Amino acid sequence: MATDFSFPDTAAKAAAMPKEFEPEKMSLSMGPSHPSTHGVLRIQFELDGEVVTKADPVLGYLHRGDEKIAENMTYNQFVPYTDRLDYLAPLANNMAYAIAVERLANLQVPPRCQAIRVLTAEMARVSAHLMGLGAFGIDVGAWSVFMYCFEEREKLYTLFEELTGARFTTSYARIGGLSRDVPEGWTKKVEAFCDQFLPILDEILGMLTRNKIFLDRTVDVGIISRADAISYGLTGPNLRGSGVNTDLRKDRPYSGYEQYEFDVPVGSKGDCYDRYLCRGEEMKQSVRIIRQVIKNFPGGDWYAKDARKIFAPPKDKILTSMEELINNFMIVTEGPQMPAGEVYFEAENPKGVLGFYIVSKGGGVPWRLKIRSPSFCNLSILPKLCVGNMVSDVVSILGSLDFVMGECDR
Amino acid sequence: MTMTDVDLPTAVSQKFPSATARPSLDCPAFNISAGEAITALQFLRDEHGYDFLMDLTAVDWSAEKSPRFTVVWHLYSSTKHNYMRLAADCANDAEPAMPTSTGLWAGADWHEREAFDMFGINFTGHPDLRRILMWDGYPYHPLRKEFPLAGLPADFHDPEVSAETKTGLISAPMAGGPFVATPGEPMSDAEPRAKDEAWNEQREKPE
Repeated sequence: MATDFSFPDTAAKAAAMPKEFEPEKMSLSMGPSHPSTHGVLRIQFELDGEVVTKADPVLGYLHRGDEKIAENMTYNQFVPYTDRLDYLAPLANNMAYAIAVERLANLQVPPRCQAIRVLTAEMARVSAHLMGLGAFGIDVGAWSVFMYCFEEREKLYTLFEELTGARFTTSYARIGGLSRDVPEGWTKKVEAFCDQFLPILDEILGMLTRNKIFLDRTVDVGIISRADAISYGLTGPNLRGSGVNTDLRKDRPYSGYEQYEFDVPVGSKGDCYDRYLCRGEEMKQSVRIIRQVIKNFPGGDWYAKDARKIFAPPKDKILTSMEELINNFMIVTEGPQMPAGEVYFEAENPKGVLGFYIVSKGGGVPWRLKIRSPSFCNLSILPKLCVGNMVSDVVSILGSLDFVMGECDR
Repeated sequence: MTMTDVDLPTAVSQKFPSATARPSLDCPAFNISAGEAITALQFLRDEHGYDFLMDLTAVDWSAEKSPRFTVVWHLYSSTKHNYMRLAADCANDAEPAMPTSTGLWAGADWHEREAFDMFGINFTGHPDLRRILMWDGYPYHPLRKEFPLAGLPADFHDPEVSAETKTGLISAPMAGGPFVATPGEPMSDAEPRAKDEAWNEQREKPE
């Protein structure tokens, strides 16, 4: 390998040491099934005692060839595969994918559809951050945080189930709309969740924010400089933790985010603790957005009525009208008809920026669909970030990066 | 609806006369020669504020087309909040190559490894060009168009596993699939069905 991973201090120390004391490097394989690698990440370490001198992440244990699969199915058929990218926030992935294809079709969805998408994406953000926080807690030895987080997350999953019929793999968005409208009285339940959630969130964060053990494990650990964060293409709370104020919801609003008031928390130092603080605050801001959406919940259509070649007609029309039946048949078999061209769309997902690059030659199947996954880019800094740290600090670093291998390996 | 960088096309065409506008449905996009790609990326990063390399990937236009492979960069400016796309064709179809952009962005490292893994594009000057999603020694580049969805038989990554199990990787049982419409085919072929038994207006029904 051409890259020089040696840690300057270790090298100097080793050089100053008498020959007989020169420590031997040890190699350690962490993962793919290690509790702190959150899935199937494997890191091949070279250690000098307990200090990491070289780290080589080994990816691909969860590679399913999603991009190849996308080239072999219609745009609508790919929606369930987006659930399985960041499987902790499927609703946000569904939305990002649907908007990307809608940009290709130059299709506008009605305000109600946009509002529902924002609402579900923000709920997904809360649930994803709860999971990230709980797992981070476990990594540094705070078990109870995990239990508190999971209780709240479970309440959200019950709401998702009522909305989409599935707790985990929601497949909620469609090109040009949604799979269904929100059920009667559902938004009231979401509001009730928000009311009880905020005090509990304060309690959860209170267990960590001034906790001596947690501070010892995270403050000044795994510092990512501003320049490094940009150079490695970090996004989401990992980028903002390093003091870069970039949030696509603010900078390039999509799906009507410009209507809502919220703040973007930004860190100052870029250590594990800053990344934790950003996530904690983001949850509060998400609740703020959810409340605003519900307060100004638009009526009207929940799918694009004019997208007759893209969005399948309602069931009652299919069963009563010959034309609608034919139309539905064409959309299901040949796929929603798209113009030829290229688009690239990115959405601010819980883990960072999820991008879809679609190359279309027309018709119902993409020629090429590239998924720019935030976890993949966020992890690419590991070879640099781990070096010089103790193995136990690597555990903190991994917890604070909050990645999902489902979208990293695709 | 979306903001775009209106001055960018003029600036790029002044600096790089050989660059051409690339058809795009959203952000400004340019085609550039492989030789000028890195200079252009540096120009965009240093003089036009495109500080983020958001994505680097490749497109295979199928084995019949030449140039066959195109490398695509997506840049984002965190100050102007704009995207732009740069594309360069690989000159050699059999052994595609492209200069590396790892000197400009450290994050290009993994993106280029992925493009190498999936398409077999050799990024010249890359410090550590290995496969990233597939394992070292895997014989194919799966996102090339001739690679079937079901996969191809290959050896396991570990010879010990192969010796013990006396088997290798097998293709996925597709049961006649993929069941997906093919645009441009005659209607009866475009229908999702077991394609290996397909017969239509142009092909006779197999006995």
